[in-house]
Amino acid sequence: MVSENDVEHIAELADIAIERDELEGFTTRFNEILEYFDLLDQVQGEASTGPETCNILRGDEVEPSLPQDSVLANAREKEEGFFKAPRVM
Amino acid sequence: MEKEILSFHPDDRFHAFLTTVPEAPFSRGRLSGIPVAVKDNISTAGIETTCASRILKGYIPPYDATVVGLLRKEGAAIVGKTNLDEFGMGTTTENSAFGPTLNPADPSRVPGGSSGGSAAAIAAGMVPMALGTDTGGSIRCPAAFCGIVGLKPTYGRVSRYGLIAYANSLEQIGPMAGTVTDTNLLMEVISGYDPRDSTSVDRPYRHTPTPEIRGVRIGVPEEFFGEGVDPRVASVVWEAISLLERKGAEVITCRMPSMAYALAAYYVTCTSEASSNLARFDGIRYGTPPDTKKTWHESFQERRRQGFGEEVRRRILLGTFALSSGYYGKYYAKAQAARGNVRADYERLFSEVDVLAGPTMPTVAFRLGEKSDPLSMYLSDILTVPANLAGVPAVSVPCGTLDGLPVGLQITGRWFEEEQVMDVAYAYEQGAKP
Repeated sequence: MVSENDVEHIAELADIAIERDELEGFTTRFNEILEYFDLLDQVQGEASTGPETCNILRGDEVEPSLPQDSVLANAREKEEGFFKAPRVM
Repeated sequence: MEKEILSFHPDDRFHAFLTTVPEAPFSRGRLSGIPVAVKDNISTAGIETTCASRILKGYIPPYDATVVGLLRKEGAAIVGKTNLDEFGMGTTTENSAFGPTLNPADPSRVPGGSSGGSAAAIAAGMVPMALGTDTGGSIRCPAAFCGIVGLKPTYGRVSRYGLIAYANSLEQIGPMAGTVTDTNLLMEVISGYDPRDSTSVDRPYRHTPTPEIRGVRIGVPEEFFGEGVDPRVASVVWEAISLLERKGAEVITCRMPSMAYALAAYYVTCTSEASSNLARFDGIRYGTPPDTKKTWHESFQERRRQGFGEEVRRRILLGTFALSSGYYGKYYAKAQAARGNVRADYERLFSEVDVLAGPTMPTVAFRLGEKSDPLSMYLSDILTVPANLAGVPAVSVPCGTLDGLPVGLQITGRWFEEEQVMDVAYAYEQGAKP
């Protein structure tokens, strides 16, 4: 069982704000789903890595890409060709 | 290239579309002038693409997804963007931030999801074909609920470049249409190698379906008719399988024990991937901007609370939890073991049979609002998620009705054997014609 405090902590880690009045509902649903996930305790076998994979990185050569103004077109806050972000500190 | 214009003014009473293109340009090609709808989580240059999320409202992609470029190259008229569960997270299209889509077969019911808008647009006759995406059944479920055809291709056969990712290791773009022939044509156009998708495989699809299925071995796993499957849906689907048997196919019952853990494995995997994928939605490069006066975390959290719906936030939280220190081994690692078992089951079964058949969905379309708690909604994906866990192709083809509501027959095939899957679907479709 996870508590409301646990859900708040996870929300903090995920940068998802949860309002106080949503917390109880989220926690109840969370526990119902986690209880179902407990089925996985019975699974035998090792984690599969999937089909064989190989490295397909291309050579480090400049290829056509989006022009700067297209990349910035959807940003509302920008300055001198850069995205503007909130301060980190 | 010379462009012509297709005028598109549909009566969208089922709310299939989020955006329409009233004057849609088209050119010459195999899809010349055919109106094609595109699910709104696939990027379209110059046409708003929202993933049915408030966080992307107003976002105009500066480039086309590879599949959209391929559609345009073959002359298709891109006439609009269809509704979905926000970011593809849902089974009913009710999780759209812009309101639900209604099922044209019965507007008091959901069209299925998450590609519900694409399925409804086809079922209502607004377009003959559309693109959907399938992470855990999101093409096949709405195809079944709306009575159309939908194919989830083998993982890697269709480029995902320009698809706004939710769970990369599971999802594929795929064709949806009213008939097997149209679905097949759309699959031919969108498949092929794309260097911009690192999981792309060079196996283009070129095929003309044949209804000749004499000697094809059809496996029917008992688990596909297990707990939770409406017995009346099961009986409609068994009748469809009998028709295939009369057409000369050999029907063999079999077992798929890994199904017991497939749904839990799927939800742990997709929520884990979602928690990482959706971290990019911070409003800085697109969408509504964060408050740059506040600190990063404050403005980021506030933006995401306002921008994401409840189910999206739930899945991000679940995934963050499943990947968090101390729980990784219990959830994510176990889910990957279960995923390996699903793949192993398919490998074993496909050494004995050519395709697997069963219902696409355990029930007919739900009433709007019927699945109010998330777990009961998740459980309805049990028959579609195994194909995504293993990456195998699977099609849903309409196989009759129950109380007037469509039922889908699901045919699953070996990796890169869509040809076989489509032949069986075509044999059913042609054989069932009155």
